[in-house]
Amino acid sequence: MLQPTATDAVVRMRDITIAFPGVLALDGVDFTLRRGEVHSLMGENGAGKSTLIKALTGVYRIDAGSIVVDGAGRDFHGTADAQAAGISTVFQEVNLCPNLSVGENVMLGNEVRRAWGIDWRATHREAARHLASLGLSLDTRSTLSSHSIALQQLVAIARSMVTSASVLVLDEPTSSLDRSEVEQLFGVMRDLRDRGVAILFVSHFLDQVYEISDRITVLRNGRLIGEHSARDLPRDELVSQMIGRAVAELEAVATTAERTIDRDATPVLRASGVGRRGSIEPSDIEVHRGEVVGLAGLLGSGRTELVRLLCGADRADVGTIAIDGREVRIPTPRHAIGERIAFSSEDRRGEGIIGDLSVADNIVLGIQARRGWMRVVGKEERDRIAREAIEALGVRPANPDTPIRNLSGGNQQKVLLARWLAVEPDLLILDEPTRGIDVGAKADIQRKVAELSAEGLSVIFISSELEEVLRLAQRVVVMRDRRKIGELDSKDVDIDGLIGYIANEGVRAAA
Amino acid sequence: MRAVLRSRLLWPVLALVALVVVNTVARPSFLGITVRDGELYGSLIDILRNSAPLMLVALGMTIVIATRGIDLSVGAIMAVSGSVSLTFIDSSSDPDGVGTVMIAIAMGVALALLLGVWNGFLVAVLGIQPIIATLVLMLAGRGVALLITDGFITTVTSAPYRFMAQGYLVGLPFALYVSLVAIAVIVLLERRTALGMLTEAVGINPSASRLAGVRSRGIVWGAYIASGVLSGVAGILYSSNIMAADANAAGLYIELYAILAVVLGGTSLMGGRFSIVGTVIGVLTIQTLLSTITFLGVPPAVSPVFMAAAVIIVVLIQSPRVHGWTSAAAARLRARRTPERTEVTA
Amino acid sequence: MTAIAPPPAADAPPARPALGDRLRRFAPLSPTLAAVAILVVLFVGAELTFGNFITPRNLSALLLDNAYLIMLAVGLTFVILTGGIDLSVGSVMAFTGILGAKMLADGIPVLVVLPAMILGGAAIGALIGALVQYFDVQPFIASLAGLFLARGFAFVVSLSSIRVEDPVVLWLQSTRLRIGDWYLTPTGIIALLVVAIAAAVLRWTRFGRTVYAIGGSEQSARLMGLAVGRTKVIVYLISGVCGGLAGLMLTAYSGAGYPLNGVGTELDAIAAVVIGGTLLAGGQGYVLGSLVGVLVYGGIKSVISFTGADQSWTRIIIGGLLLLFIIVQRLIVARADRR
Repeated sequence: MLQPTATDAVVRMRDITIAFPGVLALDGVDFTLRRGEVHSLMGENGAGKSTLIKALTGVYRIDAGSIVVDGAGRDFHGTADAQAAGISTVFQEVNLCPNLSVGENVMLGNEVRRAWGIDWRATHREAARHLASLGLSLDTRSTLSSHSIALQQLVAIARSMVTSASVLVLDEPTSSLDRSEVEQLFGVMRDLRDRGVAILFVSHFLDQVYEISDRITVLRNGRLIGEHSARDLPRDELVSQMIGRAVAELEAVATTAERTIDRDATPVLRASGVGRRGSIEPSDIEVHRGEVVGLAGLLGSGRTELVRLLCGADRADVGTIAIDGREVRIPTPRHAIGERIAFSSEDRRGEGIIGDLSVADNIVLGIQARRGWMRVVGKEERDRIAREAIEALGVRPANPDTPIRNLSGGNQQKVLLARWLAVEPDLLILDEPTRGIDVGAKADIQRKVAELSAEGLSVIFISSELEEVLRLAQRVVVMRDRRKIGELDSKDVDIDGLIGYIANEGVRAAA
Repeated sequence: MRAVLRSRLLWPVLALVALVVVNTVARPSFLGITVRDGELYGSLIDILRNSAPLMLVALGMTIVIATRGIDLSVGAIMAVSGSVSLTFIDSSSDPDGVGTVMIAIAMGVALALLLGVWNGFLVAVLGIQPIIATLVLMLAGRGVALLITDGFITTVTSAPYRFMAQGYLVGLPFALYVSLVAIAVIVLLERRTALGMLTEAVGINPSASRLAGVRSRGIVWGAYIASGVLSGVAGILYSSNIMAADANAAGLYIELYAILAVVLGGTSLMGGRFSIVGTVIGVLTIQTLLSTITFLGVPPAVSPVFMAAAVIIVVLIQSPRVHGWTSAAAARLRARRTPERTEVTA
Repeated sequence: MTAIAPPPAADAPPARPALGDRLRRFAPLSPTLAAVAILVVLFVGAELTFGNFITPRNLSALLLDNAYLIMLAVGLTFVILTGGIDLSVGSVMAFTGILGAKMLADGIPVLVVLPAMILGGAAIGALIGALVQYFDVQPFIASLAGLFLARGFAFVVSLSSIRVEDPVVLWLQSTRLRIGDWYLTPTGIIALLVVAIAAAVLRWTRFGRTVYAIGGSEQSARLMGLAVGRTKVIVYLISGVCGGLAGLMLTAYSGAGYPLNGVGTELDAIAAVVIGGTLLAGGQGYVLGSLVGVLVYGGIKSVISFTGADQSWTRIIIGGLLLLFIIVQRLIVARADRR
C-alpha cells in the first residue's frame, strides 16, 4: 500500500474559526484529509468535532479560514455545494427514505430515465452494480426499512458512490452495529480507501478507531491538539490529549471525599446484570449510604445508558435491581421517584427544564408530581421552597418567578438540582451536571454534592472531567464501549492512572 | 408570569375592542341594553348568550391543545348528547317535568363523557395521533346521533328544557350563567389545583415531565374527558336553543371555530402554556365578528370567508417567516432613524 | 443474501433473488391488499345475502355514483403521501360546482366554464400549498382556512342551488356507453383516466418519487437534493384541481350546483384513502388503493340501502373501519420502531 503524501491532500482546511454567541466553537483549526486514507477525528463533547464536520459538509459557514477541496478554494453556502464538491456524508441516523426500496434509495435523483418516465429495470440494475462494487448483493427491490441499520448505512455509502464522492464522511457509523456488522463496514471502508477515496471517520469507540484509522486528529476546546499517524500514537497519549488536564481553576472543595463508607451494610442500590439490547451490556453497580460513586469513561461508553436503566427512564431487558436489599421493578421514572431515586439528565434542555415555566414551578415540579394534582403545592410553600433553594445553591437571578429559559446554563442546572433535592431522595443520579456551565456554578454544584453526601445522601455521578470524578467520588466505575470494564477506589489512583485505566484496562494485546 | 400573559392577551383584547368600536360606530344601538319584564335585551346580551356553546367547546379544546393534542369530535359529541336528551324527553310520559329534563340532561352528558373517555383512551393509552383518533368519532359520531333520532329532526316541547338556552335568571340569560359556571370551574380546576401547571409541563416538555414523575397519561386522558363533557353540555344548550335535535347541523364546524378561538386567545397549537381568559376573549371576538357580519347584511352562510381571513391573518402573524420580514423592516426603520440623518422627513 | 462477495464484473447480471425475498418486496402493498380483501368479502357477502348484488347494473352504478369521490380521493392521496392533509376538498368541490352552475346560467360558454372551475380549485390548492410551504403553517390549519374560504365563496356565488341545463355538462352524466349490461359514463371514464394518470405519475416520474420520498423522510429528501419545497406546493395544487374536477362531476350528476354540497365529504375521502392502504403519516400508499377504498365506501353505502337500514349507518361503519385500519397501522409502525 502506498504511503499517502502531503500532495495527495484532497481536503485542506486552514485556520478555521467559527464563533457562536458566547462560545468560540473552533479557534484557528487546521485539518488535512488525504486521498486513500481513513482519518479519524477525535475529541470529547464541545471539542469542536461536529462543528468542524459541519463546516466541511456545508452546514455551517466559516467565520475565518479557508477550505480547499481538490485544489480549488471553496465557499460552501449549503449542503448542496459540499455535495457538488464531492463530499458525501453518511450520518448516524442514515438520511435515506426508509419507505422506498434499496435500489431507489441508491439512485434517488439519478434514476435512469427514458422519454416516457423512469426505467426501473435499468435503474435497479445500476443500483445493483454500485452495491456490488462495495461487495454487497442485496435485493434492490426490497424496502430499505426491512434491512438492519448496518446495511442501511452501507446503502447510504453506495449512494455516495453514485454521486462520485471523493470524500466520504462517516459520522458515528458504528453506534448501533454489532461486531460482525462493524467488520462488514470496515471491509467496505478499506475497499474504498484502496480505491483512493478519502474517508473521515468519527467515532467514540477507541478500539475501532485504532483498528481502522491511518491517521488521527485530536481536537479539544475548539483547538487542534495534534495530528498523528495511528500507529505512532499510544492510547494513553490519545485519551490524555482528548481529556486534557484541566487547570485547577476551581476552588478546592473540602476533602469530604476522604470518608469511610460502611460497605458491609446493605447497599442503598445494587444492580446486578442490568442491560438493554442495543444500548448497554449487562453490568453491575452498587452504591452504599453516603457514598459517591463516579462513572468514568469516554463519550459513548454507556454511562448514561446504564443510569437510565436505574431510574426508569429506559427499561432494562435483563438484570435485577435491589433497593436496601429489596428487589424492585423500576419501569418508569415515577416508580424510581417512589423508590427515592432521583435522576438529573445530561440533556438539560431536552429532558430537564420546562422552559416556559418559572424557576419556582420547575423546582417544585417533582414534589407536585409526586403529590398528585389535587394536593397543590400552595404559593406560600412553593415560594418558600424556591427561595431556600435559590439561596442554598446561589441561583442568579434570585427571582423565583423568572422563566427558567432566561437563566444561564449554570443557573438552570442549579434549579434542576434543586428540583431533585426537593423530593428528598436516598439516591441522586447526576449525569454530567457540570457540563457546559461556568466555573463558578461548577464549584457551587460540586460543593453542594459533597456536603449532601457527607450528610448521608448516596450519589452516582457521571462526568467527563476526571478531576471532578476523583475529587467527589469514593469509588469510580469505569466503562468503555458500552460495558463496565472495572472499578477503582479513588484514593488508589490519580488522573494519569485513571486515564491509563480507561484507555487500556481489559484491552487484549492487539494494538 | 403575569407579565407574559398580559402581553399575550394584548392583541386579542385589542382585536375585540376594535370590533366593538367598529360596531358601535356603525350602529350606535349596538351597545344599547333594554329592559323588558325585568329581563335584559340587546346585541351585547345576544352575543353573551349565543356564545355559550362555543365557549364550552373552546374551553375543553384549550386544555386538549395545551397537552399538544386536538379534539375534532366535539361537534359530533354535541350532536350525540342533544339527540339522546331530546329523544328521551320525546319518549317520556312527562316532557314538562323537571325530573324528566334532569334525567335527559344527565344521560346526554354521561354519554358525552363516555365518548371523551374513548378519545382519551385512543390518544393516551394507544398512542394514536390526536388528529386521527378524534377523526374517527367525528365521522362515526354524527352517524350515531342520526340513528338515535331515527334520521329525523326530533322536536319537543318542554318548558324546563327550553329554559336553558332561552330562559332568563335574575335578568340575564341562563345560558350566560352556564358559560360563567363552566369558566369558573375550569379556572378553579386548572389554577387552584396543580392540574394547570402539570398540564402545561406535559405540553411544553413531555420528556422532562415524564422524568420528573408526572402522570402524563392521566393528564392527557383527563383533557379529552373534559372536552367531551363540555361538548356534551354545549350540545344540550344547542338543542335547547332550537328545541330540536338536528344531528347534521348540531355543532357543525364548531371544532374549527373553537380552535380558532383558542389560537386567537394566545394559546399555541404546539401546546404548553394556555390561557383560559384568552380563549374567553377569543370566543367573544368570534361571536362579535359573526354578529357584525349578520348586521352588515351578509348572509350568515358566507361568514366562513371572514373566518378564513381571520385564520390566515392569525397564522401569518405567528409565522416565523413573517417575523423575519417584520424584524428586517424594523431594523431598516431603526437604521433610518439614526442621528446622522441630515434631512427632515416629511 | 448479504454476504460480502468479491465485486463482480460490471456487466454481470445480479443474482436472482430467492422466493422469500421476492415476496418480501410486496410488504408495502399489504395494507392495500387488505383493502382489496375487504372489498371482495363485502361484495361476496352482499351477493350471498341479497342475491342480486354483483350485477353489471349495480356495479356500474357504483362507479357512476362515486366518481366524484374517486376524484377527491386521488388528489388527497398525493397530499397524504407527503404526510400532509387537505380538509378543504369537500368545500372546494361545492365551490367549483356552484361557480360553474352560475357561470353557465349567466350564459358563459361551457368551454370557458370548465377550465374556470378547475382554476378555481387550483387557486385554493395553491393558497394552501403556499401557506404550508412558505409560511410553515401546519397543513391542518392551512387547509382549514381553505375549507372556510371555499365554503364561503360558494355561498357568495349563490345562496341556493342553481340548475344546470347545459347540454355538454349533462352529456357527461347521461350518456351511457353500453357493453352488454355494463355501462360507463364519461364521468366514470374521466375518473378512471385520472386514476391511471395519477398512478403513472407516482410510479414513473421523478416528481412522483419525490412525493414518496418526502413522506418517508422530508429531511432526508432535502439532503438528497430533491425539490422538496416545490413538490409540496404542487401536491396541494393537484388536490385543488381534483376538487375542481369533482365539482364538475357532482354538478353533472345532480344536474345542479348546490353550495351546501360536500359538507363532511373530506372526511369520507380521507377515510377512503386510509382504508385503501395509504398511511396518514405519509410515504406509503397507492392511488389504486384509494380507488379500492372508494369502492369499499360505495359498496357499504350500497349494501346499507339494500338492507333498507338507515343511511347514517354508513358513517358509523366507515368510522369503525377507519379505526381498525389506524390501529393496525399503529401496530405496524410500533413494531418497526422497536427493531
